[in-house]
Amino acid sequence: MIDLQENHQIIKNKVLRTFAKGGVHPPENKLSAGAGIVDMPVSGTLVIPLSQHLGVPSKPVVERGQEVKTGELIAKSEGFVSANIHSPASGKVQKIDKALDSSGYKRDVIIIQTSGDEWIDTIDRSGELQKNISKSREEILQKINEAGIVGMGGATFPSHVKLTVPRGKIATHLIINGVECEPYLTSDHALMMSKARELMVGIQILKKALDVDTAIVGIENNKPDAIDHLTQIAKGYSGIKVVALKVKYPQGGEKQLIKALINREVPAGGLPIDVGTVVHNVGTTFAVYEAIQKNKPLIERIITVTGKDIKNPSNFRVRIGTPVAELIEEVGGLPENAGKILSGGPMMGKALNDLNIPVTKGTSGITVLPESEAKRKKTEPCIRCSRCVSVCPMNLEPYLLMSYAQNDMFEQLEKRHVMDCIECGSCSFICPSSRPLLDYIRLGKSNVGKIIRSRK
Amino acid sequence: MSKFLTVSPSPHIFAGSAINKLMTGVVIALLPAFVVSVVFYGTGAIIVTLLSVLFCVLFEYLIQKFILNTEVRVNDGSAVVTGVLLAFNLPSNLPWWIIMTGALVAIGIGKMTFGGLGNNPFNPALVGRVFLLISFPVQMTTYPVPAGFDTGYADAVTGATPLSIIKEGLSNNMTIPELMKEVPGYWELFIGKLGGSLGEIAGAALILGLIYMLIRKIITWHIPVSIIVTIVLFTGILWQIDPRTNADPLFHLLTGGILLGAIFMATDYVTSPMTYLGMIIYGVGIGLITVIIRVFGSYPEGVSFAILIMNGFVPVINRYIKPKRFGEEVKNG
Repeated sequence: MIDLQENHQIIKNKVLRTFAKGGVHPPENKLSAGAGIVDMPVSGTLVIPLSQHLGVPSKPVVERGQEVKTGELIAKSEGFVSANIHSPASGKVQKIDKALDSSGYKRDVIIIQTSGDEWIDTIDRSGELQKNISKSREEILQKINEAGIVGMGGATFPSHVKLTVPRGKIATHLIINGVECEPYLTSDHALMMSKARELMVGIQILKKALDVDTAIVGIENNKPDAIDHLTQIAKGYSGIKVVALKVKYPQGGEKQLIKALINREVPAGGLPIDVGTVVHNVGTTFAVYEAIQKNKPLIERIITVTGKDIKNPSNFRVRIGTPVAELIEEVGGLPENAGKILSGGPMMGKALNDLNIPVTKGTSGITVLPESEAKRKKTEPCIRCSRCVSVCPMNLEPYLLMSYAQNDMFEQLEKRHVMDCIECGSCSFICPSSRPLLDYIRLGKSNVGKIIRSRK
Repeated sequence: MSKFLTVSPSPHIFAGSAINKLMTGVVIALLPAFVVSVVFYGTGAIIVTLLSVLFCVLFEYLIQKFILNTEVRVNDGSAVVTGVLLAFNLPSNLPWWIIMTGALVAIGIGKMTFGGLGNNPFNPALVGRVFLLISFPVQMTTYPVPAGFDTGYADAVTGATPLSIIKEGLSNNMTIPELMKEVPGYWELFIGKLGGSLGEIAGAALILGLIYMLIRKIITWHIPVSIIVTIVLFTGILWQIDPRTNADPLFHLLTGGILLGAIFMATDYVTSPMTYLGMIIYGVGIGLITVIIRVFGSYPEGVSFAILIMNGFVPVINRYIKPKRFGEEVKNG
C-alpha cells in the first residue's frame, strides 16, 4: 500500500503504476478540462428510457396525463438486477411510448412535458455537506436500490447488486474509479474538482456498506490537479488513499484498474469480488452520497459535451432524458463539419443516429467528431504485424478471433476465450491495415454467448 | 435533421498507422546500409538495387493486374521492401537477367502464389535469393571487393568473402589465428569494408537501421536480439572450446548476413510469429540453425536457410505459443 507522502513522490518521479500488459495511448484531447460544471436548464420535454441499466427494464408506475414532481418514482425496478427511475423534473406525463435511444432502436420510454421545477419535499436541496452517516448498512443498501443508482462510468450495472457481496465471498478492497481513460471526456475530472468533499463522504458510505477499512481512489496522471485536490481532502477522512496512475487506455476497465492498483487479477470469467474487490466510479460515488445524505434519487448527472470543432467544450449537470440536441445547442451548436456524434468518448462510445436521443444514467459525454474522422479507412490485408496481440489488455489474439468469427468457427472462438474480450477497441485502434477486428469479435461474442446460454 | 451522420461501432478513432507508412519506415532504416554499399561498391550497388526494386514492383503489378485479376496494390510498398531486401542479398555485379529471375521468383512464387501480402509463409526476398544461390552458384558467390565509389557495375574486381576464406582455410587444415591475418580487421568489418552481398556488409549501418526501427516502433527487439544473443552464445561456447578451429563471436556477427538477416529479414511481419515468446523461440531457432550450418555444414553462410526453415515453423509456433490470458493464472497477494 502507498501512503500519501509516498504517493506525492511517485507523481513527482513519474514512476507510476499501471496495468501489466497491453493498452494504447490515444491522443487525450481533454478539451473541457478545467471548464467547471454548468447547470443545464431543464428541457421542455424529457424522454426517459425504461432501460437505462443492465438488466430487466423498469415498469412504469405512472399513467398518461399524470402530474409528477421532480424526484418522484415513475418506473419501478423489475427484480434484483434492475433499477428504479424517478422523474427528472416536474410536469405532466405526456405519454408512454417508444422512442430511439442510444442503442439505435426504438424502446419503451416515458415522455414528460415539464413545467416549473417542483421537487418532492423529502429531498434536501441545500448545498450543505452532510458528513455524518447515520444509516445502517442495510438501510444504505436499500436506499441505493430505491434511488435507482447504476454504474455511471458507462456500464450501468445496478449499484446495489455490486454492493451485495455474494455468500462465501468477502470484500477487502473498495476501489474508486477516477481514471477517466476515455479521450475527450472530463465529467469525472470536473466532479472530482468540484465535489471532492461529497465524494469522500460517498466513499465512507460505500466502505460502510461493504464493511471494508480502506478505499483507494485511482486517478490517471493527466489530472494532477484532481490528484492533489483529492489527496488534500482525503487527509480529513480515515482510510482513503489517492493513487496516481500512468496514463494508459483502458485503465478505467475494472479488471485493468484492479491489476494496476492492487496487482490482483480477476480470474477469467470472474467478477472483481472474486479477488475481494468492489469498484465504483466517482460519478456513482457522488450519486450514493446524494441518495444517502440528501435523500435524492438519481435524476441528473455530469456530462461532457465536446469535440475539436465545438465552440465551448463544457461539462454540464444535466437532467436524465434531456435530448442530445439541446446539449449541443448549449455549447454553440453543431459544427458545419460534424460527421459523427457519439454518446460517450471515441474509444467505447456509441455513434448516435439521431439528435433527439436522450441522455441516460450511463451517458458520460457527447463527443462530436468531424467528417474527416467519421469514416473508417479501407480495410487492407492482415500483415500479421502482431500489434493487436501486443495491445490486447486481456491477452487475447484479436487477429485470430476475427478470422474465426468471419468463418463461423464458434468452437474455436470459445476455446480462444472470445468471451473474455472487454470490447475496449485497442486492437481496431492500433491496426495498420484498418481491419474491423472488434466488429467481428463482437459478432463472435454474441454468437458464442447464445451457444453458451443454450447449453444451460 | 438535415445533417448526414455516420454511424459505426466503436472505436471511432485510430492510431493512424498504415502498411505503406510502415514499409516507408523500413526503407528509411535500410538507407544507411545502402549508402555504405554505394561507397564501397560504387555504381553496381545502385544499379542492382534499382533493378531489383523495379522488377519486384513490376512483377507484382503484372501478376495482380493480368494473372490474378485482383486489386492492384503495389502502392502499399511491400514489393519495394522485397526489392531492396533481395538486392541487399545479391553481389553488386550480378547481371540484370539474374536479378530479374530472382525478382520473378521472389514475387511470383514467394508471394503471389500464396495470395499476396499477408499470406506468404516464407520471406519472399529470401525465396528469391536462395533460388538464385542454388541456380547460379558461381555468379551468386563471386563478390566484388570493396574498391570504392568509382567501381563500375560490370568491371568490378572480385574476391572471396571473409567467411569463405575461413571455410576454405579450415578445410585445408589452417587454424583460425592464421586465417585471421587474411581477412579484414574488426573495424573494417564494422564499417563494411569487406566482400559480400551489397547490403550485408555494413554492421554499423544495419545497427543504425535497427535503432531507427525500434524508436519508430516498426519492430520490437525480440527477434533481432534473440537471434544475435543465440549466435554470440553458441559461437562463443565453440570458440572457448577450441579457438583454433572456431572463429570468435564478434567475427561471426560482423560477417555474412547475420545482422541483415536478424534485423531486416527475420523481422518480416508476415513470416514471423505473433507473440513475444513466439518471436524469441523463432529467433533462438534461427540463431542455432545459422551456427550449425556455418560451423558444421558445407555452406560458409547460413542465415538465409535458417530464416526460411524457421519461417516454416511459424504456424506451429503460433498454434502452440499463446499469450497467457488475463486472469488465467490467478496469483493474489
